[in-house]
Amino acid sequence: MSNQPVDQSRRTWVTMACAAGGVGGVATAIPFVSTFQPSERAKAAGAAVEADISALKPGEMMTVEWRGKPVWILKRTPEQVAALKSIDPQLADPDSERKPAELTPEYCRNTQRSIKDDVLVAVGICTHLGCSPSSKFQSGPQASLPDDWPGGFLCPCHGSTFDLAGRVFKNKPAPDNLEIPPHMYLSDTKLLIGEDKKA
Amino acid sequence: MKKILASLLAAFALVTGAQAAGGALVLDKFPKERVSDLAALQNGAKLFVNYCLNCHSAAFMRFNRLTDIGLTEQQIKDNLLFPTDKVGEVMKVSLDAKDAKAWFGALPPDLTLVARSRASGSGSGADYLYTYLRTFYRDDTRPTGWNNLTFPNVGMPHALWELQGQRAAKFVDVVDPHDPTKKTHEFEGFEQLTPGTMSPQEYDSAIADLVAYMQWMGEPAQQQRTRIGVGVLIFLAIFFVIAWRLNAAFWKDVK
Amino acid sequence: MAEMKQAPAGASNGEKFMTWVDNRFPATKLWNEHVGEYYAPKNFNFWYFFGSLALLVLVIQIVTGIFLVMNYKPDANLAFASVEYIMRDVPWGWLIRYMHSTGASAFFVVVYLHMYRGLIYGSYRTPRELVWIFGCLIFLALMAEAFMGYLLPWGQMSFWGAQVIINLFAAVPFIGPDLAILIRGDFVVGDATLNRFFSLHVIAVPLVLLGLVVAHIIALHEVGSNNPDGVEIKQGPKDAKGKPLDGIPFHPYYSVHDLLGVVGFLIVFTAVIFFAPEMGGYFLERPNFIPADPFQTPAHIAPVWYFTPFYSMLRATTDLMVNVLAIIIALGAVLNLIKGQGKSKVVGVVIAAVVIALLKTFEAKFWGVAVMGGAVVILVGLPWLDKSPVKSIRYRPSWHKLVYGVFVINFVILGYLGVQPPSPTGEMVSQVGTLIYFGFFVLMPWWSQLGTFKPVPDRVTFKPH
Repeated sequence: MSNQPVDQSRRTWVTMACAAGGVGGVATAIPFVSTFQPSERAKAAGAAVEADISALKPGEMMTVEWRGKPVWILKRTPEQVAALKSIDPQLADPDSERKPAELTPEYCRNTQRSIKDDVLVAVGICTHLGCSPSSKFQSGPQASLPDDWPGGFLCPCHGSTFDLAGRVFKNKPAPDNLEIPPHMYLSDTKLLIGEDKKA
Repeated sequence: MKKILASLLAAFALVTGAQAAGGALVLDKFPKERVSDLAALQNGAKLFVNYCLNCHSAAFMRFNRLTDIGLTEQQIKDNLLFPTDKVGEVMKVSLDAKDAKAWFGALPPDLTLVARSRASGSGSGADYLYTYLRTFYRDDTRPTGWNNLTFPNVGMPHALWELQGQRAAKFVDVVDPHDPTKKTHEFEGFEQLTPGTMSPQEYDSAIADLVAYMQWMGEPAQQQRTRIGVGVLIFLAIFFVIAWRLNAAFWKDVK
Repeated sequence: MAEMKQAPAGASNGEKFMTWVDNRFPATKLWNEHVGEYYAPKNFNFWYFFGSLALLVLVIQIVTGIFLVMNYKPDANLAFASVEYIMRDVPWGWLIRYMHSTGASAFFVVVYLHMYRGLIYGSYRTPRELVWIFGCLIFLALMAEAFMGYLLPWGQMSFWGAQVIINLFAAVPFIGPDLAILIRGDFVVGDATLNRFFSLHVIAVPLVLLGLVVAHIIALHEVGSNNPDGVEIKQGPKDAKGKPLDGIPFHPYYSVHDLLGVVGFLIVFTAVIFFAPEMGGYFLERPNFIPADPFQTPAHIAPVWYFTPFYSMLRATTDLMVNVLAIIIALGAVLNLIKGQGKSKVVGVVIAAVVIALLKTFEAKFWGVAVMGGAVVILVGLPWLDKSPVKSIRYRPSWHKLVYGVFVINFVILGYLGVQPPSPTGEMVSQVGTLIYFGFFVLMPWWSQLGTFKPVPDRVTFKPH
């Protein structure tokens, strides 16, 4: 076959057929690959969730589900909020500078990592390997916690700790602070989790 | 009063009913072009939610899909949702199944696919629905007080009676052409008993909108489907020419 | 152990790579034997498109099936809703669904035409009997696959069609009712049936189909393809390299030729998918848009169009028909007594007596199932029933074309009657039609030899183009 002279007419049509076939192939593949995208039902189930925090007392935490994940809403006491800045030296990323687009929305890039000083909204999943940390709001020495423990969260799987603004302590397996989901206040006592004014 | 009666009689003359003579149904033709009319579909959606969803469900139809026919999510939330519904949910029915059985004898069927399942040799599903919704008449022998020419002894009352008004059906006994000793009960025409809020033409148009919506709801992708189909066939026609010339380029060497 | 071959000096990277592979796996050898140097007759016509099209449709069904299974739920409470979920909520799900439903019908169109080609050109005759037998097995597997797939949407027709057909198995003598329960996994078609049909439809039968298709093609390539003239090109003159003069390598000539067939097919296929996916209620049946309801039977249950010719024959087998069959068998035994020799006379009478006794013992319902099954199985016998001295219809007496024409028209009429609700005239026509269908095969040893045959040429008839 390679000894024959090149048949130009064959070559032309083979090229055209391959080009058209390529276009057709891609056009056919697109719908198939698109079926992998979240369906309308998945998107509806992943829609924003409302939370009523009128009954939340200082020091209390409630959990709501958003996109299958636990979202913590913690009403911090004024003392807890005041103490946040002093913990900075013990933290890996006190100013939430790491991966800001993924973890901390613009309106939460402050020490308290929240819109309202006293209310923390954070996704309750450890940034190490995905376990859900336990609440350890009591300050002072306890099992698996240092003597100067200011209150926060302890992940039972590998021992990572987070403070009351969801910021991760130094030298722990977890690399990042807890994710703050997009959220906004519909009123003083109604939170919408999953959507913010930008969306 | 006389004027009303006169116009009602004129409407009576205009109305064509489905002949329930022995054999296949004769169905009126649904105006197909309504299905591509967004305003008609939106009006139909409104009628559907207001008149049908009280008893029927449309369990596969998601409210937010109505954005496909030009409504915004805000419009859907404001005008079409019941307070407890979310825009991402499907059109469930508020009627309890047990109550439905007690009141109507059977659970009213889900309507999402009714325009597809009711097609037959007599006409499309939309033709059937269009005729069905316009051939209700008063019948005191029925538990609901209503009967229907297209679906005799149906368990459904005339949900849209306020729009169409109440009508009676006139039947005559006609000698059977095949057997002179028998008589067949044939439909002759409708008689308007009380007026509705709509004239017959307005009612027909409203029903056309409603049926257009149900036709669309049965397969929301239908408009997209035909549009893409045109593109695909054009591409394949071109590809066919290429494949044909390619074939010729090789086979000219075969003696 | 053979020595490893070396690539020639100055070989390209591609050549070096293929040498490495070929030393370990017969890639080039397989390519040459089956594609690059598989010499097929050069006179293939329109009827020869349908084999490659059948392979294409098989691939389409498998690929679309894989994507459907990602979102389908094989549970009686969830199945119907999951199909609507695919149609509405899954991006482009409606397209995948329509491709699969249209593909199922397309498969049968293509396969019936493919089989018809085999019929008219004698492609089942020596040495291609095994190709034909594998093909018949593929046809049976395909019918099973389609039947089980149809239950999956769990619509009214799915449910009641399955109910009716599985109840037919209950008609089998002695083991029938237990067999039906075994198939269903329950006393009535339900969740258990759905789940097992799902497994069989998605995994078991497709694997069997793939294996049979591979066997079918290997058997064909072993003996070489037939052609519209029925002339064996391997027995004709050869060229300098020993290849048949009337043959051409499959690649590039038939790869390019089949591509044209593929595009033509896709035009029809996509026209249906995008403009008439329901095909007037024949490809997507209307009652199937209503969820299955065990308490309400649809007004009219019919199998999907591709089963209807066989369904007609099933319905036609009434008590009257059984008697007619008994009489025919008796007549056959008498004919054998007169014309047959020696022992076969007695054997013939004994067999006839046994068959007639069985006919009268078991109920007509069972014989309906037997007739329906027999109508498919009898195809296997074609290589031995056809006693014509000539393979292809082209060189048979012209009136043989009429016989094939009658067979086809009869098959179509049986199909039409199978879609219609039963009626007295329909029943009679189906019964005559069943006799014509079986008569075509059973009497073939006799009629295939009748008439004046035309001389078969040594070389294929081919017009250069």
